[in-house]
Amino acid sequence: MSVTFKALENILEHYPPSSEHLISALQDVQAKFNYIPPEAMTAVCDYFSVPLSRGWAVATFYKSFSLEPRGMHDVRVCLGTACHLKGGGRLVEGLERELDVPREHTTKDMRVTLETVRCLGTCAMAPVVMIDEEYLGGANIRSLKKELKKL
Amino acid sequence: MERISNVTELEAWRENLRAALDPERPVVRVCLGPGCLAQGANKVSLAFQSAIKAKKVEASVQPLIKETGCHGFCSQGPLINLDPFDLFYVKVKPADVEEIVETTLAKGQTVERLLYSDNGSRYRSASEVPFYKMQQKVVLKNVGGIDPLKIEDALMAGAYRSLTKVLTSMTPEEVITTVEAAGLRGRGGAGFLTGRKWRFAVENARKNPGPVYVVGNGDEGDPGAFMDRTLMEGDPHAVLEGMAIGAYALGANQGYIYVRMEYPLAIQHLSIAIEQARALGLLGTNILDTGFNFDVQINRGAGAFVCGEETALIASLEGRVGEPIPRPPYPAEKGLRGRPTIINNVETWANVPLIIEKGADWYAGLGVPHSTGTKIFSLVGKLKNTGMIEVPMGITLGRIVEEIGGGVPGQDRFKAVQTGGPSGGCIPYELKDTPVDYDSLSKVGSIMGSGGMIVMDKRDCVVDVARYFLSFLEEESCGKCLPCRLGLKSMQEFLDKFAKGQGSPQDIDDLHSLARAIMKGSLCALGGTAPNPILTTVKYFKDEYLAHVVEHKCPSGVCRDLITYSINPELCNGCGLCVRNCPQECVSGEKKKPHTIDAGACIRCGQCMDVCPVDAVMVA
Repeated sequence: MSVTFKALENILEHYPPSSEHLISALQDVQAKFNYIPPEAMTAVCDYFSVPLSRGWAVATFYKSFSLEPRGMHDVRVCLGTACHLKGGGRLVEGLERELDVPREHTTKDMRVTLETVRCLGTCAMAPVVMIDEEYLGGANIRSLKKELKKL
Repeated sequence: MERISNVTELEAWRENLRAALDPERPVVRVCLGPGCLAQGANKVSLAFQSAIKAKKVEASVQPLIKETGCHGFCSQGPLINLDPFDLFYVKVKPADVEEIVETTLAKGQTVERLLYSDNGSRYRSASEVPFYKMQQKVVLKNVGGIDPLKIEDALMAGAYRSLTKVLTSMTPEEVITTVEAAGLRGRGGAGFLTGRKWRFAVENARKNPGPVYVVGNGDEGDPGAFMDRTLMEGDPHAVLEGMAIGAYALGANQGYIYVRMEYPLAIQHLSIAIEQARALGLLGTNILDTGFNFDVQINRGAGAFVCGEETALIASLEGRVGEPIPRPPYPAEKGLRGRPTIINNVETWANVPLIIEKGADWYAGLGVPHSTGTKIFSLVGKLKNTGMIEVPMGITLGRIVEEIGGGVPGQDRFKAVQTGGPSGGCIPYELKDTPVDYDSLSKVGSIMGSGGMIVMDKRDCVVDVARYFLSFLEEESCGKCLPCRLGLKSMQEFLDKFAKGQGSPQDIDDLHSLARAIMKGSLCALGGTAPNPILTTVKYFKDEYLAHVVEHKCPSGVCRDLITYSINPELCNGCGLCVRNCPQECVSGEKKKPHTIDAGACIRCGQCMDVCPVDAVMVA
């Protein structure tokens, strides 16, 4: 999706021009474009009258902001404590091999972004992998390969 | 929904809702808690809806399907409770639904095979199941019972009764005194006395008049914990009511709930709850014609563990990078926008309406002196029954793990329990009689924390666990103060060495003294508590550290550089699953004959062990 003036205006009109809303507005930008396009950052910082450096400081400090476009699908492997003990680390390695992409990166065809996350709050079902909106409890590399084929 | 203009009207409305209930009407409660969702509970709920529609049951007895929050017994999910039959079905699949509709809902009979059974006994009702029997659900009493997206359901269960009580019959001072007398301590981890904190804020606001803010901390960042998620998703009105009561006591008109972004459902449920409460006039201006104004806004976290620390949380609310600042001044003196701000964990807020409703004496009677009330824990890891539990403070660790959790499957004892997440400690089996309260846990080197309880068995390596927590904290450290930024990295280097079988016993001692220095020198609790997992594992499991550095062995078979995989020819049935899943293609063998692993090519990824259906892959 290209960054249009209209799209940014639709986001910013929800907020009074106080820098308190910087994070929330950037979260909306991230949701809309799937990453923080540099031109959007400039517009947001202008609107809140904060230096660009503060905008980028926020975007690089918080993990939920992505500075590069993300893939069509999200594969998130939980590495919370329970998932770690039950082999979550082995699942990421398996997926890295299967998708041929290192963790926290997107496949070359922009189809899948492979991420690790420190706890999805579904610990009782460890190890857990989330593919887009769906939680997969008690996952193993075999079941994940099947799920990936469905994407 | 129409605005309710006063307390009398609210009570009349509540009574009408209750009177309109048909006690004979079957109710199907489908648990949509995190655990059940991960096992396909939403498909079960859909199956019920279509099965009931297809059966075209008479309108007068049309069963009601309620999608509830977490019922707790996640390892047996998806869970279904059926009233008025008082039946509890476990591991329900969409394919089971038609039989439940035909047998139970239509004829009132039991589907025996879906009952929970253990050690040869079958249990019809959830209340008889040992997992639930030992618990005391007070804060969670409505979670799993009500539909969290319907404020009517919460009202019928008594929501906002404590708020009307304080608005009509108590002064702010009386509310604070009651919370103080109850002995409530912060449920987020540090365990500071809630009432004392409130009083401090009120005194500061008196000295320096202006707005006061209340904040609900739902930034549940500890890996391995989902108590706050359960509460916010399953009974959001309990959190809102607690915050409204606190706001009244503190003279605040604006509240914020800070929820971590990994919890989209919690954000959704809270948003809906806030909208519904506003529509009824339970939030907003002139609430129930008492002149009290209070509203709540949700702020989504942006993915930073350190934002659970209160000064970092405030920075994040103000749209800044979440770096902590030194305290004092405490937020109760100078917080959001420089004004007195009370930040309590969402579980702490949910305790407040109970204290108001039943009184400080009742509350102080739960639990033990200095640690009153109950505590919610997420009981996870290597045990039979995993899930969400609520127990009175002071119950022993051993009873939680063995009696509620059912112990470690196939082993006669657990190895250790980690409480308090990455800031907590690792408590060995030998200390299983430790009472779970704030003071006893800190005596053994751990902390209560927010309530994650992770059980380890003999296949878990303490060096690996300490290394895991440290890598988490090192990643999440904001980098502002040196002891945390560089200290955690140095500790990590020690542990990386140990995991490779390198280092010396002297290194273990050096690690220990480095840990103590980081504890003393760090700016906030992230660095200040980060050494806990190391200090406790070195203290209780020093022999295991020595095994790594002296004998170059990982006794639990976890640390990759110190282990080898092999296949037990007596168990292997030659199914070939390991062959197909080995990334190195180093497993070989004839079909239906025992296979072997080429140890030279093996990268010890463990994939073969994970997929083996007969547990023939061994590690040593």
